[in-house]
Amino acid sequence: MIPVSNFLYLAAILFAIGLSAVLLRRNALIVLMGVELMLNAANLTLLAFARAHHDLRGHAIAFLVIATAAAEAAVGLAIVVGIFRTRHTANIDEVTLMKH
Amino acid sequence: MSDFPLHLIPLLPLVAAALNLAIGRKLPRDASSLLAVGSVAASLLISVVAFSRMAGGEGAVQPLHETWYTWIATSSFKIDAAFVMDALSGVMTLIVTGVGLLIHIYSIGYMSHERDYARYFGYLNLFMGSMLILVLGDNLVASFVGWEGVGVCSYLLIGFWYDKEYNAYAGRKAFVVNRIGDFGFLLGIFLLLTAVGTVNFGELEGKRTLLSAPLWGKNVAFWGGLLLFVGATGKSAQLPLYVWLPDAMAGPTPVSALIHAATMVTAGVYMVVRLHIFYAFGPSLGLAPHLGGAVMIVGCATAFWAASMAFAQTDIKKVLAYSTISQLGFMFVGAAGAVPSSGIFHLMTHAFFKAGLFLGAGSVMHAMSDRTDILEMGGLRKKVPITHACFLLYTLAIAGCPGFSGFFSKDAILGSAAGVDQVLPAWHHFGLATSLVLLAVAAMTSFYMFRLYFLVFSGESRADKHVAAHIHESPPVMTVPLAVLALLSVVGGLVGTPWHDLLGEFLGAPPEVSIPWQNMLGGTAAFAAGLLGAYLCYAGGVRAPVQRFAKGLPWLYDLVKNKYYVDELYDTIIVRPTKLVAHGFADVFDKFLIDSVLVGGLARLVDGIGYLVRRVQNGDVQRYLATMVIGAAVLIWLAARPPADFAVEVQGTTVTVVAAGTGRGVPRRLRYCWRIDGADKCESERPRDSLRITPGRHKITLRVWDADWGTSASRSLEVHGS
Repeated sequence: MIPVSNFLYLAAILFAIGLSAVLLRRNALIVLMGVELMLNAANLTLLAFARAHHDLRGHAIAFLVIATAAAEAAVGLAIVVGIFRTRHTANIDEVTLMKH
Repeated sequence: MSDFPLHLIPLLPLVAAALNLAIGRKLPRDASSLLAVGSVAASLLISVVAFSRMAGGEGAVQPLHETWYTWIATSSFKIDAAFVMDALSGVMTLIVTGVGLLIHIYSIGYMSHERDYARYFGYLNLFMGSMLILVLGDNLVASFVGWEGVGVCSYLLIGFWYDKEYNAYAGRKAFVVNRIGDFGFLLGIFLLLTAVGTVNFGELEGKRTLLSAPLWGKNVAFWGGLLLFVGATGKSAQLPLYVWLPDAMAGPTPVSALIHAATMVTAGVYMVVRLHIFYAFGPSLGLAPHLGGAVMIVGCATAFWAASMAFAQTDIKKVLAYSTISQLGFMFVGAAGAVPSSGIFHLMTHAFFKAGLFLGAGSVMHAMSDRTDILEMGGLRKKVPITHACFLLYTLAIAGCPGFSGFFSKDAILGSAAGVDQVLPAWHHFGLATSLVLLAVAAMTSFYMFRLYFLVFSGESRADKHVAAHIHESPPVMTVPLAVLALLSVVGGLVGTPWHDLLGEFLGAPPEVSIPWQNMLGGTAAFAAGLLGAYLCYAGGVRAPVQRFAKGLPWLYDLVKNKYYVDELYDTIIVRPTKLVAHGFADVFDKFLIDSVLVGGLARLVDGIGYLVRRVQNGDVQRYLATMVIGAAVLIWLAARPPADFAVEVQGTTVTVVAAGTGRGVPRRLRYCWRIDGADKCESERPRDSLRITPGRHKITLRVWDADWGTSASRSLEVHGS
């Protein structure tokens, strides 16, 4: 049986990849993908502990997170597409109209 | 005692002042002046009613007294906001309200072209209210309110045309010089409160034993009276604090008439008479005869000093200003002399003719397009006949023409001075000497007043064409007050003739002093000498003898013309050093310490921090997120790291750490420092979790730290090794 810690290591790696994508990339799509990765890293953690503790509540929360992530991806992608249509760019550094 | 509402007398003008100053700009001009004049007229009416109730009864005077409310009550003294109208304050009240009313009426005409009409009348009313508080107050503190009030009004009215630099300066000068005197006055009040426990005029007279208690080589009355007299020299423009009064002429002319001739400047004289137990001579009257002597000397010196300065003045108002100072000196001599009522007598007649002289001067200036140089005047006799006639009567009165008011009052003062020798023979003709000096000053007065009269009214006009073309008589609203004052100047002296001194009896003059009849001859001679001299020198313009004199003794002429350089002297020894110190303080404390270091420094500190901190807030969401991640990681680290808690077990002579490093199931590398019995050094610093000790009681201090997680803990324990 695979120990819990392996799942946790994997989750940590996924989270770190997602975080670095969010922090470092300028493309809005990549940033959204990073967010998805982080959410799934959290899901993986939940599932690993749920399995170790034989507790189904962790699975329930994971489903909730998947649903929320799907909704968030839909809205986020819609915004990115909207921005791209009007401004012809998906670079978040150039979307600074609200900043000034 | 009576419940007459005396407080209404000062209150009405004060209310009118408040209205005029608060909403005067929105009132029509007639309403402003009507309010001002009406309130003073009402005050006068109430004063007359009060006066007749006080003096009209059979037999002795019945003083009216009203305690409006208790103002200050402490365990050691009590001060009421109380008013008293006895013979003295009654006479003063009538003078103030009566002359004040005439001047208010005159002002309607004189100030008719003024933009700030309501402000002017507001200040004038404020002054009336303050002066009436000063006069009617039944104790020094209540009077002091008025005393300061008139000072403020003086400042406000001298600087009335504040947009002119000189006027604002003159106002400040008057205020500061007055404040110097007022400080002395305040100290006097404190001294009396401390030493006697009361400042009520009536009660002070009953505290003769306390007042004559020794203090600093003299007695309480001497020092208290001296300090109060310092206040009087400021307010009444005596040596050495007279310098503000000539500059006070910067104000509107009716103000000069009201404040700087007829009323405010007489406050000091009033105070000296009111407290005559301090200043009067004679063992049965005064408590500090030396003080009375000092007052007489100051008054006498001031009279002479100011009269000599009036000789070379060419500004019509300045001549009158120095004349006022000189006449105030007369009053002080009279008030401190053997017959204090003579000071009040001269105060009254002086109020009539000096108010008239100033108003007449105002009328002249009105005719001369506001020129004030008497060398440019001349020949006004025919052009402004009413003003001329009144002015001549005032001049005769102040010069002491026999039969006019000034003659009798000056006579009374000479008698009061000479009378000192009767009550105090030990002083070797001190009184006679004083009265002789004053006689000389009376001749000088006659001379410079007729000089003024001749230069303004006689001969041919020396004005330039534009001015000369506009010469016109003033409207009736101005000439009627002039005429009333002229009438008073002529007949005002009849209340105090040597044959029947009505005023003196009314005020309670000491009967033991008799005024020698020869005085009248002296007064007449002085008047005649001055008139003759002025006629020879100035009739029809500046004549040859004067020009010869000015050329022959240029230094003397310059000295007098420049007022003996007293202003320059004060400027050098007092004003400039003070300013220097003030500038020093301003630079060091205000500009450097407060502005640069405290206020500016704080601002710069905030600015600097802001400069650094705003780098962080740059609008880059990703950087915010990075900061958040780092911050969250630190917080989680701090919260989640295992604490270095431990437990200790003793077995025999071995102390062992147990249950350390068991946190969160992670193996830990711990280090230990054992200190035994308060030793400074670690007994064992190795990573050793147990220690052998010698048998017996020990105090062990154990410090454990975790190299990996950066936590540590220490604990002291008592162990008993066996």
